[in-house]
Amino acid sequence: MAVDKDKLLQFLLRIGDSTLVLSHRVSEWCGHSPILEEDIALANTALDLIGQSQMWLGYAAEVQGEGKSADDLAFLRDAWDFRNVLLTELPNGDFGRTLLRQFLFDAFQSVLMGRLIKSSDETVAGIAAKASKEVAYHVERSADTVVGLGDGTEESHKRMQQALEYLWPYVGEMFESDEVDAAMAEAGIAPDPASLREEYDALVGRVLAEATLTIPEGKFAHKGGRTGYMHTEHLGHLLAQMQWLQRAYPGCEW
Amino acid sequence: MTQPSVKQVWEWLETIPDPEIPVITIVDLGIIRNVEFDGDTCVVSVTPTYSGCPATSMINMDIETCLRDHGLTKIELKQQISPAWTTDWMSDSARAALEKYGIAPPQPAGGPKRCPRCGGDHLEKLSQFGSTPCKAQWRCQDCLEPFEYFKCI
Repeated sequence: MAVDKDKLLQFLLRIGDSTLVLSHRVSEWCGHSPILEEDIALANTALDLIGQSQMWLGYAAEVQGEGKSADDLAFLRDAWDFRNVLLTELPNGDFGRTLLRQFLFDAFQSVLMGRLIKSSDETVAGIAAKASKEVAYHVERSADTVVGLGDGTEESHKRMQQALEYLWPYVGEMFESDEVDAAMAEAGIAPDPASLREEYDALVGRVLAEATLTIPEGKFAHKGGRTGYMHTEHLGHLLAQMQWLQRAYPGCEW
Repeated sequence: MTQPSVKQVWEWLETIPDPEIPVITIVDLGIIRNVEFDGDTCVVSVTPTYSGCPATSMINMDIETCLRDHGLTKIELKQQISPAWTTDWMSDSARAALEKYGIAPPQPAGGPKRCPRCGGDHLEKLSQFGSTPCKAQWRCQDCLEPFEYFKCI
C-alpha cells in the first residue's frame, strides 16, 4: 500500500525542521562560548544538524514534487509552515540551558534514529543510518556536559535545575501521536513516537540522576510545533534572522 | 577525444588531495564510491564523510576541475548517502600518512592508540570535536602536546 504523500511530507518536515531550527539556535553561539573547545563543539554540532536538515528537507522537497529544493523549504516558508518541535526553537538562555536542550533533543534523536534505520522507506533508512553516527557523538557530549554542570558547583547546579524546569514541559510534544504518525507506523516508515518514550525516559532519567537534577513532576506539555497549530513567539524572530538575505535578495548565491 | 577507461579515471581521482587534510587523497579517504560511464557522461558517486561537512562542495568542485583538465566535458556527480561512509573504508596508506602528518588515525576502540608525535600512550580527550567535523581533540600526557584524532565512525 502506497503511503499518503502529504503525510510522508509532514513526517519529513517534522524531523528536517527540528534539526534546521535547532541548528540555527546552536549556531548563535559561534564566537560566544565560554571556552574555545566548546565554541568549536557547538559549531560542529550545528554543522551536523544542518547537514541532516539538508538530507531530510531534500527528500521532503522530492516527495512534495513541486520542483523545490531543500533551500527553498528552509528559506521561503513562513513560521506557520514549520513543523519543528517547540523545544528546538526556544531561546538559548545560558550555556547550561543550551546544552540541556541539546541533550533532551539528542536523546530523542538517538532513540528515533535507531528505529528509523529499519524504516521500510529506503531513503529514510539511509538518512537515518548517516545521521545516527553523528547523533551518537552529540548525545555523548551533551550528556557529559549536563552531568558536569548539574553535578558541578552550587551555581551551575542551580542554573541547570532552573533550565530543566523551563525545558521539561517541552519534552512531551516529541512523543505526541496523530494521524500522520499512525500512517507512518502502518506503512513501517517510522515508529509511533509514543512507543519511544520508555527508552527515552530510561536514558534521560539515568543521565539526569547522575547530574543530580530532579525531573519536575508536572505532566503538562506545550504542543503545537510539530502539527503547525501554534509555534512560540520565538520562531518568527529566528526565521527573520535566518531568512532575511534570501527574502531581501531572492535567489542570491555566492 | 577517445573515452578514457574507468581505471584511468580512478587514477586521475587518486591525485586529488583532501582539501582539509592534503596528505591523503579523496580516494584514500574512501568517499569515491563508484565511477562509470553512462553513454559519454562520466558519472562519479561521492559519499559525504559527515552530512554537513563544508569540504563536500569543495571536493565536488575539485573532482570536476580535475576531470575537465584531463579533457572530459560530460561529468555528473552523484551524492550517495547509503551505505553511510565509515572510516573502515580508509586505506592503510592513508592511516599511515595521517599519523605522520600529526593526526592520530581512527581506531575501532574509539580513541587514539598512541600520540602521533612521541608515540606515548597516556592520552586524554580534550573535546569530542575538532577543527573539522571528522576530528576530535586529544592531548598526550607524556609529551604534553595536544593533537587531533580522526574519529572512528
